[in-house]
Amino acid sequence: MKILVALKRVADPDNANKVKISAAGDAIDTTGLEWKTNPFDEYALEAALRLTENGKTPKKREGEVVVVTLAPKEAETMLRAALATGADRAIRVEANDADLDGRLVALALKALVVAEKPDLVLLGKQAVDGDSNQVGQRLAELLDWPMATFAATIKEETGALLVGREVDGGVATLRVKLPALVTVDLRIVAPNSVFSKLSQAEAGFKHNEGVRFAPLPAIMAAKKKPLEVKALADLIGGNQLNTKYSKFERPPQRSGGAKVKDVAELVEKLANVSKVI
Amino acid sequence: MADALVVAEFTEDGKVKKSTLSAITFAKRALPALGGSFSILVLGANAAAAAAELTGYGAAKVLACSDASFAKYTAENFTPTVAEVGKAFGLVVATATSFGKDLLPRVAARLDAAYAGDCSGVSAEGGKIVYKRPMFAGNASGYCSLTTPIQVATARQSEFEAAAASGGASPIENVAKVAPGAAASRVEFVSLEAVKSERPELTEASVIVSGGRALKEKFFEVLEPLATALGAALGASRAAVDAGYAPGDFQVGQTGKIVAPKLYFAIGISGAIQHIAGMKGSKVIVAINKDPEAPIFQLADYGLVADLFVAVPALIAELKKRA
Repeated sequence: MKILVALKRVADPDNANKVKISAAGDAIDTTGLEWKTNPFDEYALEAALRLTENGKTPKKREGEVVVVTLAPKEAETMLRAALATGADRAIRVEANDADLDGRLVALALKALVVAEKPDLVLLGKQAVDGDSNQVGQRLAELLDWPMATFAATIKEETGALLVGREVDGGVATLRVKLPALVTVDLRIVAPNSVFSKLSQAEAGFKHNEGVRFAPLPAIMAAKKKPLEVKALADLIGGNQLNTKYSKFERPPQRSGGAKVKDVAELVEKLANVSKVI
Repeated sequence: MADALVVAEFTEDGKVKKSTLSAITFAKRALPALGGSFSILVLGANAAAAAAELTGYGAAKVLACSDASFAKYTAENFTPTVAEVGKAFGLVVATATSFGKDLLPRVAARLDAAYAGDCSGVSAEGGKIVYKRPMFAGNASGYCSLTTPIQVATARQSEFEAAAASGGASPIENVAKVAPGAAASRVEFVSLEAVKSERPELTEASVIVSGGRALKEKFFEVLEPLATALGAALGASRAAVDAGYAPGDFQVGQTGKIVAPKLYFAIGISGAIQHIAGMKGSKVIVAINKDPEAPIFQLADYGLVADLFVAVPALIAELKKRA
């Protein structure tokens, strides 16, 4: 199976409370925050690796995993890290976040999918900076492909995937015929979440919890793997940005921090001060 | 002048979901920028019956499209019809439930429209719709406008109160299903395993009791009696869900449910940024944790440093004294 995985670099999500707003209020300032791969995209990559290997021999790729990003040159560090964990090739589309919206990213990815002809496109369900949650759905529509969003489990079948989706109130299961697009949720990296046809052959096989880390020799080898750079205009033609941010602000801060000494005081305060019970 | 279209959502048995009423509120607030009216679109196996539930909210029309295939939702099957109807509107909106978040971006792509997802606010400024969106796990709000002829958006349910019935009787108009493309023939709805619960829905509850990893296997044993005593919904942190102590749809946080009840109990939850993003809109927050340094205490209106296995039963006893 050939899989295309889209990755986005984001400001360190574990320190998202440290993002600043520019003095003019017209931009987000992430200075001082480390760039990280969007966690959901990391999970998508992990799912792609699990789908293209026999769990016992993770170094041998059955099929191909191509990672792609739309970002400036510094994001090649992220692509090299993806290559080190097992992806075969990388593509970077030269672009800045400020020049992109979900519509343009989906148009660019569509052009790449048409050229690369993968069997499956995997992405995170959302990027945790813009929290927009739209590129996967848009790309599936542009391709006229079936999709399964918010995937918690993927089981490979012949020419199809059985996908368990986390939805409000439960789990919805879809069967999508390949080629298809899947966006992944948190639980996709649990030990029993992804079964390829290869790993199913190994009854009782479990992956490790979470995403894998690259060993040093793989990091060295990744430097020699192919990384291609493309121009955004070649992929999206004359399409323009249609989402315009004019202002940013910090949400109001809560003034918490008060303590109560015991349960009796808590209940008394809830009843008589806050009047919520 | 343009109009707004609200895409309604239904339960498995064809009842209108309350979440739909938040999208109506959103549409009404955006209307001054459009200058027109709003209509509601209902897709279902028996859409006319469901449409009848929505005629009392002041819509210009309730558009109903019935087709047996709509009994089970797939975005591939719904998108062509929603987009075709949406072409006549300036704004297409739904509530940002897992249904709205799955369907509306796909509809936007079909209409070549820009999309503002999970909006926490909307206003009309100088004839333009301005969308307010939480970003960076709720640590920043961005205000944006969309410049495509049709705009598509989803509304965060906790930020838009349910529209109240305003009387009147909107006319119901039947619309034809648009034949879906190849994608719809390559997706099959297999099942929906609904988590059965007698409790209120997390996103609609006025009191929520959420638990963290500290509860271990006793998650339900400890929290259920408290939730029952308070008439509360049960929630969980990501850590508790990942550890298997609570089901996935309990998760409150940036990428789980976003909630804003009048009273929120965080029990054995340390307060990771991603969890706080999902509950900091709550009116009153109570935290119970044995670690006095837990970040959740900075946010809580009432913090109790205590062993939850002792404090929660004591709390239930105290509540019962008052009942």
